Amino acid sequence: MTERHWEQVYDENAPRDTAFEELALHEKLTETWSQPKGFLGWLMSVDHKSIGRRYIVTAFCHLLMAGMLAMVIRVQLAYPDLQVLDPDLYNQFFTMHGTVMMFLFAVPMVEGVMIYLVPLMIGTRIIAFPRLNAFSYWVYLAGGIMVWVAFFINSGPDAGWFSYVPLAGPEFGAGKRSDIYAQMITFTEVAALAVAVEIIVTVMKFRAPGMTLDRMPILVWASLITAFMIVFSMPAVVVSSTFLILDRLIGTHFYNPAEGGDVLLWQHLYWYFAHPEVYIIFLPSLGLASQVVETFSRRPMFGYRAIVLALIGQGFLSFGLWVHHMFATGLPRLGNSFFAASSMAIAIPSGIVIFCWMATIGTGRVRLGVPMLWIISFFVLFILGGLSGVMLASVPIDLQITDTYVLPSHIHYVLMGGAVCPLIAAAWFWFSKLTGRSLQTSLGVLQWALFLVGAFVSFGAMFLLGISGMTRRVYTYPHNMQWDTLNLVASLGAWAIGLSFLVLLLNIALSLRSRASAPNNPFDAPTLEWSTSSPPAIYNFARIPFVQSRDPLWDERGELPVVSGLRVDTREILVTSAVTADPEMREHAPDPTLWPLIAAIVTSVILVASIYTPQALVWGAPPLAIALVAWLYPKHILAPRPEAVPEEETI
Amino acid sequence: MSAPRIIRDVSRLPTYSSGPSNPMWWGTLAFVTIEGLGFVFGIAVYLYLQTHNRSWPLGPQPDLLWPSILTAVFLLSEIPNWWLKKRSSHHDLFWVRIGLAGMSLIGLAVIALRGFELTTLNIRWDSNAYGSIVWFLIGIHTTHVLTDVFETIVMAVLMFVGPVDMRRFAEVNDNQDYWDFVVLSWLAIYITIHWLPRWLEVAP
Repeated sequence: MTERHWEQVYDENAPRDTAFEELALHEKLTETWSQPKGFLGWLMSVDHKSIGRRYIVTAFCHLLMAGMLAMVIRVQLAYPDLQVLDPDLYNQFFTMHGTVMMFLFAVPMVEGVMIYLVPLMIGTRIIAFPRLNAFSYWVYLAGGIMVWVAFFINSGPDAGWFSYVPLAGPEFGAGKRSDIYAQMITFTEVAALAVAVEIIVTVMKFRAPGMTLDRMPILVWASLITAFMIVFSMPAVVVSSTFLILDRLIGTHFYNPAEGGDVLLWQHLYWYFAHPEVYIIFLPSLGLASQVVETFSRRPMFGYRAIVLALIGQGFLSFGLWVHHMFATGLPRLGNSFFAASSMAIAIPSGIVIFCWMATIGTGRVRLGVPMLWIISFFVLFILGGLSGVMLASVPIDLQITDTYVLPSHIHYVLMGGAVCPLIAAAWFWFSKLTGRSLQTSLGVLQWALFLVGAFVSFGAMFLLGISGMTRRVYTYPHNMQWDTLNLVASLGAWAIGLSFLVLLLNIALSLRSRASAPNNPFDAPTLEWSTSSPPAIYNFARIPFVQSRDPLWDERGELPVVSGLRVDTREILVTSAVTADPEMREHAPDPTLWPLIAAIVTSVILVASIYTPQALVWGAPPLAIALVAWLYPKHILAPRPEAVPEEETI
Repeated sequence: MSAPRIIRDVSRLPTYSSGPSNPMWWGTLAFVTIEGLGFVFGIAVYLYLQTHNRSWPLGPQPDLLWPSILTAVFLLSEIPNWWLKKRSSHHDLFWVRIGLAGMSLIGLAVIALRGFELTTLNIRWDSNAYGSIVWFLIGIHTTHVLTDVFETIVMAVLMFVGPVDMRRFAEVNDNQDYWDFVVLSWLAIYITIHWLPRWLEVAP
């Protein structure tokens, strides 16, 4: 990029980081980057670390609440003929459990982790479109509140987490329960799509200079691929849930066969989204696990490129699997065979990742910290889940065991193993970075043991129950079916998992109360976020690092090389080129503001009100338009004025 | 604390740019992709329902007159839109103001034409699945027209009232790229709704 005369005119005399010593620079940047103090300032925050933490804490609350529903479900099923829950309430319990776990815990949790970690890992100060990020959080929060309030007033969704029509349609889905479900989807998809766009742009444009695509940490790759998967899969569920709510509220006939509609249309659209969704949860978990494996093996990752290609391969293949959820619906045989083949094919990239990790561990100098224990339980549980998945991918077997307890067993092995274990490993790994405190190892090992035994026992018993013919989603069973013991065992295992989370809560509470502060890089990890303080300063990096390898903190044992010249009197960040990360432009990060919150409140009122009257979309539009204009309308001159730029400079 | 290892000075980098070097361009592209996929799925559902019914369309077809006039206006609007982007790339504030005002007026005309079109669809959304998908496709497109025309008017006000700095021109370009998307998506819907059934009728 050639130097331009007018830039020297524009802000030549502005104060820059070059003029400051370390301590003075810290004070100046803190003053420039901090949001206003107090509760109002908290509401105005657009800092990716604050918003990421809010996502993580909120998603964790959803995990605990939906987990409690599971505990009650396992009480109901512990003995035959129990009446703790009646059939109607049982429907709401298992639907809420699945819906909240998938839409309000798992996906938002990985989003929160990406929001918090990605900017730190790529060496920048913000996430792209930080106000949109704040908006997405408030919308997500509102959606979660709506669905739990509905549940507590006996209007919780009750047609299963995939909410098949016609059960969820206007004919059989009485009351507002399925409308709540469809609108909950809208809330979460608005939030998820916004986060996906932010992550894509952050990774493409805000990487520290020198961090070529080939030098990105694997978690950043996984986040980028996940964001693309959200972009390409979520529109399908936007369309399907919109059809559902239109059918229910204004009498359209998308899913009504009597008027030319089709019920299987829902399943196609839904699974086109929801199968990739499993990988949207799983891919970041692979990324998290990769960072832990690399650090605890104390060597650079074996087969970095193979892993990245395998992640991309999983991203693509996951879009070609959706019909394997529909083998029992009577679709043409040839189509089924194709989807069976692609379902088995996706085991190949998953295998590549696992083998690369094993090679890394095998050739490294392994330390067995608590995060590594969780990685081991991830291996065990996920491989069991994966094997039952290959079984289900086979059409003849699937036809026999569809709608039995094999299915819940499979999904719990896969998601508890493939997502919850890596997430807890990540919680352990990055806890000190987030909070500046450390967790207690003894309690961590206790929790891990309770969880692993509980998961193995509970889901193993569910698998055997499925093989012996117990169907899913029944609220109780008679005594003479030979299912009594296995159900009790499954319940005991589930309660052990519940207990393990109580231990985790206790551990977190104890560590937050302790005064001992954690070091900046307790595990000697190689990526950039560990070069910041624990927790990181509001501006992340006092000077933007210059990256020269994949594992900068291992290869540069002394001071990291940096770039200089950013302004310190405004919130300035560095924009770099998409592939080679060459510095291209200085940009001003948006200031903290209340408008994203206001826009989110207006959006939420419109979405909830539209369940009761479609007119809400009409009278809600003007206030939303006002909020968006106030949010986006520029207030300051932050670049040269057109008249200050000489004619020959214009391109 | 040792002195920082500074190996590059970025203080002379520009504070504005357009196209792929600007993060906003990527954001616009990402949202266009998301919304474009919304149209793709909508059209896919139209075709899916068509293959699941013995006869199609289920009922009278919408009139051809207003949507065809609308299509012509959309296509003609690409000329001033292309010109406006060119002026904006040259950072020509005077003509960018005129161009945005003009595109706002064209946008309002398009909304009026869409209003006429909605009165001649000849079927209701609650008549049958055909009516539902036709209204859905035109409905989501109308939402895009309304939001983009509103945005164009806000951009016009901004360029007249200020604050105007060099970053605004990239935003104008992104806004006019978005208009291209609105036009292109309409062409796809227009052909799907109005011409596909007619072509299939003629085909043996």
